[in-house]
Amino acid sequence: MSQKELLSARELQITIQRLACQLIENHGDFKETILIGIQPRGKMLAKRLLNVLVQDYHISDIICGHLDITFYRDDFRRHEKPIEANTTEIDFVVENKKVVFIDDVLYTGRSIRAALTAIQDYGRPSQIELLILIDRRFSRHLPIQPDYCGRKVDAINEEHVVVSWKEIQGEDAVLLVNQ
Amino acid sequence: MSELSVNHLLGIKYLNEQDIQLIFETADQFKEVINRPIKKVPSLRDITIANLFFENSTRTKLSFELAEKRLSADVINFSASQSSVKKGETLIDTVQNILSMKVDMVVMRHPSPGAPIFLSKHINASVVNAGDGTHEHPTQALLDCYSIRERLGDVAGKKVVIVGDILHSRVALSNIFALKLLGAEVKVCGPKTLLPKHIESLGVGVESNIRKALDWCDVANMLRVQNERMITSYFPSTREYTMQYGLNLELLNSLSKDIVVMHPGPINRGVEITSDVADSNQSIILDQVENGVAVRMAVMYLLAAKINR
Repeated sequence: MSQKELLSARELQITIQRLACQLIENHGDFKETILIGIQPRGKMLAKRLLNVLVQDYHISDIICGHLDITFYRDDFRRHEKPIEANTTEIDFVVENKKVVFIDDVLYTGRSIRAALTAIQDYGRPSQIELLILIDRRFSRHLPIQPDYCGRKVDAINEEHVVVSWKEIQGEDAVLLVNQ
Repeated sequence: MSELSVNHLLGIKYLNEQDIQLIFETADQFKEVINRPIKKVPSLRDITIANLFFENSTRTKLSFELAEKRLSADVINFSASQSSVKKGETLIDTVQNILSMKVDMVVMRHPSPGAPIFLSKHINASVVNAGDGTHEHPTQALLDCYSIRERLGDVAGKKVVIVGDILHSRVALSNIFALKLLGAEVKVCGPKTLLPKHIESLGVGVESNIRKALDWCDVANMLRVQNERMITSYFPSTREYTMQYGLNLELLNSLSKDIVVMHPGPINRGVEITSDVADSNQSIILDQVENGVAVRMAVMYLLAAKINR
């Protein structure tokens, strides 16, 4: 097993800062915008972005939730993904709001496809955007592309992108692992 | 990747503790789903489920059907009273015919104990036992334990007394298995004639005095007196049963602590439980019904994950 560092702790912090700034350019005071982290791994990124927006740019009252897509997957019964569900926390209405999906790695696009279906159960957003930390381009199964992207990566199928967070794994890093 | 250790839900006896915890954790998420404005997920959109009810049911049948529809499964319903069973068709023949119509899962209630086990050995579909005679009613026990967990935080270490007609009750047997598996202490309470011999070999205590039983417990599960299954007389009169084993508000208020009151339904109001108790804050009877849908969704979702295509 070999591994390569894609983003160091410092680079990860800078990337999150940039993504937050790009969000501010398009969403201003976030009055009509809702941030939604895709469970399980988008939740941490959404939390970090929210921290930057609140602490560094003093934008208050940003609505942020997280969405679990387990029951909406199209690979159920293919025994590829776990069937265990995570919590969904969306206690607000998404009707006519601008929704930003937040996830750590964009790979086949199937999770985002499932999220697009799942969010409809909470209303009809006026617009949906996608924010991704690591985009594994050339691996897509579906015509889905990010609106905001931290870093583009060319990786072969045997390689995995592993995002670790200080709060969970003890350190901030993005690694490319070859198994 | 965790999954159930079984391919059918025939009884609690065949499950292990991890299975039950997985069902509960999945049910937590489905409970969130059924409280949304749109209460439906597409998980089982390619699955067809047959509900075969060879015995009457209101709550269980509605609950299963609703759970199936909330999971987007296709559903066909069958009741023995309006079918060819009356013309002498055997169980296997009836079910084989239904399976020829490409059904993936069978939910069955049957008056004969063991009927779902027999069926699971002969057909190529997942079988969910929705009650087999006086044997087991696994989804009821799961939803009862889930409701206890929801109200009291955990099932382990809790003291549960099951009161009433233990002899004829599949709910009692499944509850005993599930509660013991999850680490609760269990006692049964009822007239001697309605307690099976050697019930203590299942690891449960026996108490004939309801007051003592209620003083001991955290949760009382009040069972219905199943007159339809009684061939001989098990107690002198309904009035005497109510006086000795019925739960009324006076008795409930005289206890030293607030216990949780459960009932699997249908209630004989004024027999095993009075209306003021059934409708009191300590009663979680309607929570049990709501949780029933979420727990059944979890069971069918997790079983469907094991169907190979």
